[in-house]
Amino acid sequence: MTSELGSLLADTVTRLFNDLATKELIESAEKGAWPDKLWRALEEGGLTLPLVPESAGGAAGTWLDAHVVVRASGRHTAPVPLAETIIAGWLLSRAGLEVPLGPLTLAPVHEDERLTLARGGGGFAVSGTATRVPWGRHAGHVVTLSEADGRATIALIPGGRARITEDTNLAREPRDTLVFDKAPVLAAAPAAGVPADAIRLYGAMARAAQMAGALESCLEQAVRYATERKQFGRPIGSFQAIQQSLAVLAGHVAASGIAAESAFRAADRGDARFEVAAAKVRVGEAAGIGAGIAHQSHGAIGFTYEHSLHFATRRLWSWRAEFGSESAWARDLGRAVVGRGADDLWPMLTERP
Amino acid sequence: MPTTFRFALRDLPPEAEALRGEVRAFLREQFSGAKPVTRARSWGGFDREFSRRVGARGWIGMTWPKRYGGHERSFLERYVVLEEMLAAGAPVSAHWVADRQSGPLLLRFGTEEQRERILPGIVRGELAFAIGMSEPDSGSDLASIRTRAARADGGYVVNGTKVWTSNAHISDYLIALFRTQIVPDKKHEGLTQFLVDLKSTKGITIRPIIDLAGRHHFNEVNFTDAFVPEAARVGNEGDGWKQVTTELAFERSGPERYLSSISLIRELIREVSARPDERSLEQVGRLVAGLATLRQMSTSVAGMLQAGENPNLEAATVKDVGTTFEQSVPELVHALIGTEPTNETGSPFQQVLGYITQTAPSFSLRGGTREILRGIIARGLGLR
Repeated sequence: MTSELGSLLADTVTRLFNDLATKELIESAEKGAWPDKLWRALEEGGLTLPLVPESAGGAAGTWLDAHVVVRASGRHTAPVPLAETIIAGWLLSRAGLEVPLGPLTLAPVHEDERLTLARGGGGFAVSGTATRVPWGRHAGHVVTLSEADGRATIALIPGGRARITEDTNLAREPRDTLVFDKAPVLAAAPAAGVPADAIRLYGAMARAAQMAGALESCLEQAVRYATERKQFGRPIGSFQAIQQSLAVLAGHVAASGIAAESAFRAADRGDARFEVAAAKVRVGEAAGIGAGIAHQSHGAIGFTYEHSLHFATRRLWSWRAEFGSESAWARDLGRAVVGRGADDLWPMLTERP
Repeated sequence: MPTTFRFALRDLPPEAEALRGEVRAFLREQFSGAKPVTRARSWGGFDREFSRRVGARGWIGMTWPKRYGGHERSFLERYVVLEEMLAAGAPVSAHWVADRQSGPLLLRFGTEEQRERILPGIVRGELAFAIGMSEPDSGSDLASIRTRAARADGGYVVNGTKVWTSNAHISDYLIALFRTQIVPDKKHEGLTQFLVDLKSTKGITIRPIIDLAGRHHFNEVNFTDAFVPEAARVGNEGDGWKQVTTELAFERSGPERYLSSISLIRELIREVSARPDERSLEQVGRLVAGLATLRQMSTSVAGMLQAGENPNLEAATVKDVGTTFEQSVPELVHALIGTEPTNETGSPFQQVLGYITQTAPSFSLRGGTREILRGIIARGLGLR
């Protein structure tokens, strides 16, 4: 299913993260530094705007192409708002707006928060509070989806116009509170065919793919450790107890990978709500179990800051709660299924590719 | 992580999707009035009349060559027929074992004479097969089997006992693994597979083994100086281990490894619909997320078969993740609703719960235990 562009993006992104997303870089980002060199390399490599048309400086790809990049950013626990920028760029181009260079973020990320757009002075002004905004302090621009003149509208706001209170998630990724008080909007346009909760929907899809990537990292590290670490005179991976747990982890990694990818494929085809919900729920469950197994097989060393396992596991613990928790998405999915009725369960599953 | 451990998304082709409608209409006609607990039995159900009707529709031996009665259709078309049958809870086991593993085994390793004699009957849904692998002292350690097939004039004389032989008492043939040679310290050598005629072979005694719920599907099959002709040998003497592992890969690759509890999920949704509180909706959502993901994994394995790849590792993974999922369903129903599971009395929901609760332990035993499968996965990870 991987397109030519997808393979190209996969090669580029893997090479780039291998070179630049080092342990030192992630550690310095956790202390608050912005990894400018990594971000520029991503931009120069054409990885930040996979869905934006070529005429607007993007790669004119599909969500499945984007999936490759988003998943890799999770696998390498890259401390940059790549997923957020990809979604924001897509939203802007759907509204026919120009996509600026530099990191972008999305706000609000919470269901019950709204930024309001009001006309004034020849354009729009934005007001309101958005909490837990990913990379808020580093974002050159914030993209929001709100209502203006009774229509769902995408608006581009300069990052510098918000009052920012800094905070982080468990993985020390910025999750800031942004307060806008009649801040001027750079550009705004109606978003044809974009659902009102697009930020939550596509955000959940991205987090599912990032978690699938982080779970791959957990498995890779755990298998490597089990082969290298010796106890009782032999590698611990030769013990059945360890083999059986890592096999369980491998099952969750496989399930997560295909669940996330399937959501991106559905996004290319239209309404991805069912697949996104299924992915966020299934991958979220895998995140909890998978992180647990990865830690157990690493013993105490995996519990230290010095070891790199926690870059993946702390992200898993945070990401599963972002853009709607598993329980929230599971309720949505359950409501949809119960709404169709018991005898439509199988038709509902199979009408989707 | 080895690159072989990869589940590629797969689209079912239009001809397979077109077939789905036909199969669904056929099943609706056959089962519109079936009780939920009957549907819950699914591939535990044995119904020769049904199998003949499926054969008449051209849905057995779908991928096999036409010269043996097959239909030369794709693995993905076959896959759609399978998943529709299982999701509907059709009683497939009178043709199922042969379609899934015995037929493919004969196609691959059997003699021309065996193929011509046996395969057309399977395709018509007239020949039911049982599998003779396990023995009283050989379960997961299959290579340790002791049932002996000793060379005799024109064939072999067989002595020993097979157990857990599902449907042997109502089947026509048994594909059995016997020891034709004792090679000291090399238990994987000297094994050979045979096509045993259960109806006419003298010296075979079939005794029921009743399962925990009082049902009869298992049997013990005893061979006492049973004569099996040369023409019944499948493959070369000593190739049995290689063949049997191939056969087990066929067995593990289908969608039946995650759909065993779908009837219970369906009945749970019916219960929840009556009073859809937040907690129940969440749990239904979690189940559907698991189900949808497993279907993608399973379709991916079918795609690998279609592409001529060997998805051993992937099939073991789907089976392990799938049976864990299937077994979680009655647990979840218990936590959520707490209705008492019943046998023949009670509501349809209670009966389905009773059936699945009492069948669930077998999900992670049949076709290779969970522990064996995880060993296969661990080998795929490079740990052994």
